[in-house]
Amino acid sequence: MSIRHGLLALLERGPRYGSQLRTEFESRTGSTWPLNVGQVYTTLARLERDGLVAPDGEDAAGHTLYAITDTGRAELREWYERPVDRANPPRDELSIKLAMAVGAPGVDIRAVIQSQRHATIRAMQDYTRLKATALAAVESGRSGERDDVAWLLVLEQLIFQTEAEARWLDHCEARLVRLSLPADRRAAAPEPPQAAAETPAPHTTRPRTARTRRA
Amino acid sequence: MPDQRQPQQPVLQLERLVRTHGSGATEVHALRGIDLAVYPGELVAVMGPSGSGKSTLLTLAGGLDAPTSGRVLVEGTDITAASRKQLAALRRRSIGYVFQDYNLIPALTAAENVALPRELDGISARKARASALAALEEMGLIALADRFPDEMSGGQQQRVAIARALVGDRRLVLADEPTGALDSETGESVLALLRSRCDAGAAGVLVTHEPRFAAWADRVVFLRDGSVVDETMRSHADSLLSGQAGGQ
Repeated sequence: MSIRHGLLALLERGPRYGSQLRTEFESRTGSTWPLNVGQVYTTLARLERDGLVAPDGEDAAGHTLYAITDTGRAELREWYERPVDRANPPRDELSIKLAMAVGAPGVDIRAVIQSQRHATIRAMQDYTRLKATALAAVESGRSGERDDVAWLLVLEQLIFQTEAEARWLDHCEARLVRLSLPADRRAAAPEPPQAAAETPAPHTTRPRTARTRRA
Repeated sequence: MPDQRQPQQPVLQLERLVRTHGSGATEVHALRGIDLAVYPGELVAVMGPSGSGKSTLLTLAGGLDAPTSGRVLVEGTDITAASRKQLAALRRRSIGYVFQDYNLIPALTAAENVALPRELDGISARKARASALAALEEMGLIALADRFPDEMSGGQQQRVAIARALVGDRRLVLADEPTGALDSETGESVLALLRSRCDAGAAGVLVTHEPRFAAWADRVVFLRDGSVVDETMRSHADSLLSGQAGGQ
């Protein structure tokens, strides 16, 4: 997470002091990535060293204000224009865990998957609840605040991320079930159509009564 | 699993529900002893791979099929012991369905579709229409009252179907992949309506394979090969976010 660019983006709106930056950062991201004030001052010191911000006097209460410099503005523009680097995917504990669980003695990988699915769906339930509240606030016009819209976008990103994880877990489980079938049955198991929305469970023989009833 | 915080009677209660199709070598265990209670104000999502028994659970809960053993209680009445006539009355009065393909009657307007279960219940056409309009009004759909299904978008039809499912005194809505035919934005608005009806006191069971839609529920039940393997409860959202402090 780029605290550095986050602070530059806030300073572009005008001079601010340290704890004010922290409050505004958290308000936009709903405290998803809480900052401590020490991190803010360390980052400001580095930004100042690199010539991207400069001290800009004090406010009436005696807080030291910082302002973005022209170099800082150029750096910020460049940050907005540059896609986030996907070339080196961050280490993902869950991928590593499942990679290690494949064939590990005494490990029930389906249980590992289910316990993660439980946690992931539960997180999604929480995010969704927060989203419904945020959405209601934005749509009712009660809040004309950009911060609420920013928070909504961050929440939705969390929802998409957990959704991707839940889908991947479903996929892993279906894949493992398929691969664990004896070779002869695997050959006989129909390939699910690409567009099929549901997780394929190739061993099912259940008559599809509910569906035909509905059709 | 009854929740101690909810002293009320469950709107839907499944007890040791078993459904077996066929017998002998071709025997298929669609459900293997399911216990589930859904209370007023609660939306429960049922997830699982295809063939796990999700839809069977819903058809049994709604009295569209009979269990091999076990009981289904709707508002305290055992529908598995009810006569055909009692069952039909119970379905009209207490249970609402929402299907993937909306199932609105094309020759009737939205208001007439919503009024239909009340009329079938022997209520005068005028009263039925009044309660249909009240349901549409309450759900913010009154502008659609005089439209025919082919004059509505899929999302609008599905929201009208939810109004029909909960018209009058009905408190139980059973939804089988209600967002299946909708794009994700529209699906979201359908779920938001379902959620708000449950917040207003209805009990809902939602069968879905979409985690994003299941996440609107208070509880998510995972089915696997006809058994409940796991279920989530909603935790306190704030603790979740503060628990991420220092992440990344």
